[in-house]
Amino acid sequence: MAEREQIRKPSPSNREQTVEAAPAATERSTEINDQLDDLLDEIDEVLESNAEDFVKSYIQKGGE
Amino acid sequence: MAVPKTVGLETEYGIVHRGISEPNPISASSMLINAYLIALQPSPAPARGAVGWDFTEERPGHDARGGAPPDAQAPQIETHLVNAVLTNGARYYVDHAHPELSTPECTDARSVVVYDRAAELIAVRSMASAELLLPEGEEIVVYKNNSDGKGNSYGCHENYLMSRSVPFSRIVTNATAHFVTRQIFCGAGKIGIETAGMRVDDIGYQLSQRADFIEEEVGLETTLKRPIVNTRDEPHADAAKYRRLHVIVGDANMSQVATFLKVGTTALVMALTEDDAVGRELRFVSPVAALREVSRDLSLRAPLELEDGSTITALDVQWELLAAARAYVETRGTEAVGGDITPVVLSRWESVLEDLQQDSSKLASQIDWIAKLRLLEAFRERHKLAWSDARLRAVDIQYHDLRPDKSLAARAGLETLVDEAEAQRAMSEPPTDTRAFFRGRCLQRFAAEVVVANWDSIVFDVGEGSLRRVSMPEPNRGTVRHVGDMFEGCDSAIELLRRLGVTHA
Repeated sequence: MAEREQIRKPSPSNREQTVEAAPAATERSTEINDQLDDLLDEIDEVLESNAEDFVKSYIQKGGE
Repeated sequence: MAVPKTVGLETEYGIVHRGISEPNPISASSMLINAYLIALQPSPAPARGAVGWDFTEERPGHDARGGAPPDAQAPQIETHLVNAVLTNGARYYVDHAHPELSTPECTDARSVVVYDRAAELIAVRSMASAELLLPEGEEIVVYKNNSDGKGNSYGCHENYLMSRSVPFSRIVTNATAHFVTRQIFCGAGKIGIETAGMRVDDIGYQLSQRADFIEEEVGLETTLKRPIVNTRDEPHADAAKYRRLHVIVGDANMSQVATFLKVGTTALVMALTEDDAVGRELRFVSPVAALREVSRDLSLRAPLELEDGSTITALDVQWELLAAARAYVETRGTEAVGGDITPVVLSRWESVLEDLQQDSSKLASQIDWIAKLRLLEAFRERHKLAWSDARLRAVDIQYHDLRPDKSLAARAGLETLVDEAEAQRAMSEPPTDTRAFFRGRCLQRFAAEVVVANWDSIVFDVGEGSLRRVSMPEPNRGTVRHVGDMFEGCDSAIELLRRLGVTHA
């Protein structure tokens, strides 16, 4: 972490850009993570409750 | 000269009958389809019921290479099972132990997406209709996938109308190059591996559901020793003018973008083939091994050996085909490859290849194998699971569950290309720009007089002691433009036949 901060130590002009860019990027990734979390919650809810039995019994005949 | 690409899909669905001790997939499939057909009928159902399929013109054993090798297995036609023609021009039937729905003939990739989505909605309504007829505690569930994870596969076939004059060997070369590599955007994704001699856990995840089941380069079979290029020569049209390329190598897609690209790019590559415009021929040293390697290489960087001694990646094959397709469209236009939709196919093809090249995770809302992988990885991380965990396999199967309240694909944020209202209309309305229009209108208006129908003919019984067959050897005739007026103010089948000039069988 310390190392990263050191590398990032910006020149004054870079610092401005960094400050501007960071919140937007964080917001977006938080949003994506929230969406994924919601999706995972939903999968937990609708996924076949006894996955083992479900997968075992999913047997099809070859077709075509 | 490339002929306009009439195209269509035939999808075999996985089926599960829950709540009974000894489920029979054949009777479950019959029940599913009959439930749908019964629900369509005004009650009480008329004596004749649904219009059936006419098998007299079926020739699935004809081989495009001429004489078939002696060990070739001609497909069996099961004429005794449920087999219906729908008013949208589609065929809905039991094939082997699966419900299968063939879309009506379409003229472009977008139209195929509309009718493929309509087919899903028909399956959804079939499940709901079956539920009303089944005892409490029983349910029939339909899955749009191609493998049960235990070594059994069922197909989603594509069909492309082609000129009879194109040498079949040229089709084989170019189709192979495309089919081996298009998996990078057409693959539906699968956990594990089902190739004989390997354990199912030897591979965590692969791009395609089907690659494990493809064992030959070229052949007539569809149920065993499946080939990359299928030689079934049964054009369902004027055989002197046309071939039908019957493609069995592909996956069924949940993503509309994937279906759109699968059909759109293949129609282009086949038109290029007819006009000998592909450029350099790409021949793999071992096409079957290459197909499997591409499916198992999530990095998309595996070098594939070519006969000239060089190597190439799947992505670079696709870039070459895209460049050839662009050049083709610039000089020859879009008439043979789907008209106004073609520029949309080309631009989507390009943007998807770009994203695959840079960062495939960008395509989680467009490409099935990537969408599914995202779900699996996130779910795996949340619950700290091994790839072999049954819950991950359940996620894989349930991605393809067509029940709206269970489908994981429906929750994965996939981009749609057609609106739901259009797909709902397409459940009963035929396309207007192929002979499916004539077939569909006849069934909408005069179903009581239609004895049987198939892709290229309809037989009427108008009660004068003889049956009358209307032939439709031209897939691009019988459109609203050709025959739409004939249905105006026409109140009987006999009047329609008179207007068509059909007076005898």
